[in-house]
Amino acid sequence: MACISPDGKPTVSGGKMLVALKAGPCSAEEIAKASGLPVFRVRSGLRELEQAGLTDAKGDKYELSPKGKELADSL
Amino acid sequence: MEEVKEQAPSLPRLGQAAPSFEAVTTHGVLKLDDYKGSWLILFSHPADFTPVCTTEFIAFAEIYPELQKRGVELLGLSVDSVSSHIAWARNVEEKTKVKIPFPIIADLNKEVSTAYGMVHPGQSKTETVRCVFIIDDKQVIRTILYYPLTTGRNMDEILRIIDALQTSDANGVATPANWRPGDKVVVPPPNTQEMAEERLKEGYECVDWYLCRKKL
Repeated sequence: MACISPDGKPTVSGGKMLVALKAGPCSAEEIAKASGLPVFRVRSGLRELEQAGLTDAKGDKYELSPKGKELADSL
Repeated sequence: MEEVKEQAPSLPRLGQAAPSFEAVTTHGVLKLDDYKGSWLILFSHPADFTPVCTTEFIAFAEIYPELQKRGVELLGLSVDSVSSHIAWARNVEEKTKVKIPFPIIADLNKEVSTAYGMVHPGQSKTETVRCVFIIDDKQVIRTILYYPLTTGRNMDEILRIIDALQTSDANGVATPANWRPGDKVVVPPPNTQEMAEERLKEGYECVDWYLCRKKL
């Protein structure tokens, strides 16, 4: 996992994505712009964050789940 | 007894959709789809911790900023493990101070290398040869280069191809031999007699109706 460490904590890039999502629902491209990560990394990371229950996908946009919001607020 | 013939896998060809993949890399699990909207150079190397490959990885890392300016990402591949890739990239950084900034596929099951025809048994039955696939932002294969195990790739040529392809796409032109950005480009040849006659009156620099150049 590139965004979530084996201990369940977000990696630096995972943390950047979670923080970017605090602004509200975003597309992968918008998260890339806000986080400074390349779009391919964001798309791959979003799959991991969703799998970990930290984000929800709504069409082309992604938003923090309650668990993700809690984690993002702690960063 | 029935003869069993080994079937050669069909290889990707220019102008076709790049074979899709999902692969374990040094930057996590990546899919070809993750690169939609960006150009991608997918390249293979024979093995980690080998001399020519090390010089190539340093050279790819050095042109990466120039590639990024052109909207191009890099993705390496070999049949080594992720642990091996990580150890090699760390060793390269430690010994040469060059950080490998792009992901490398660990194609242990050879799924991606088979789909892209990267193993050439005449060179090696187990390792991938030095392949370069230039895939455009619509995920179409635009250039394929194969280099043998003994010959490191030329980064200037890879950058030149990217510039030439993007110039052709943006302007509907072709590029002549040894073209460099800023040089005159080739106007596509006319395909009717009427167009051929008109072509000579259009103010291009023409050798004849079928070979005309213009400045962009």
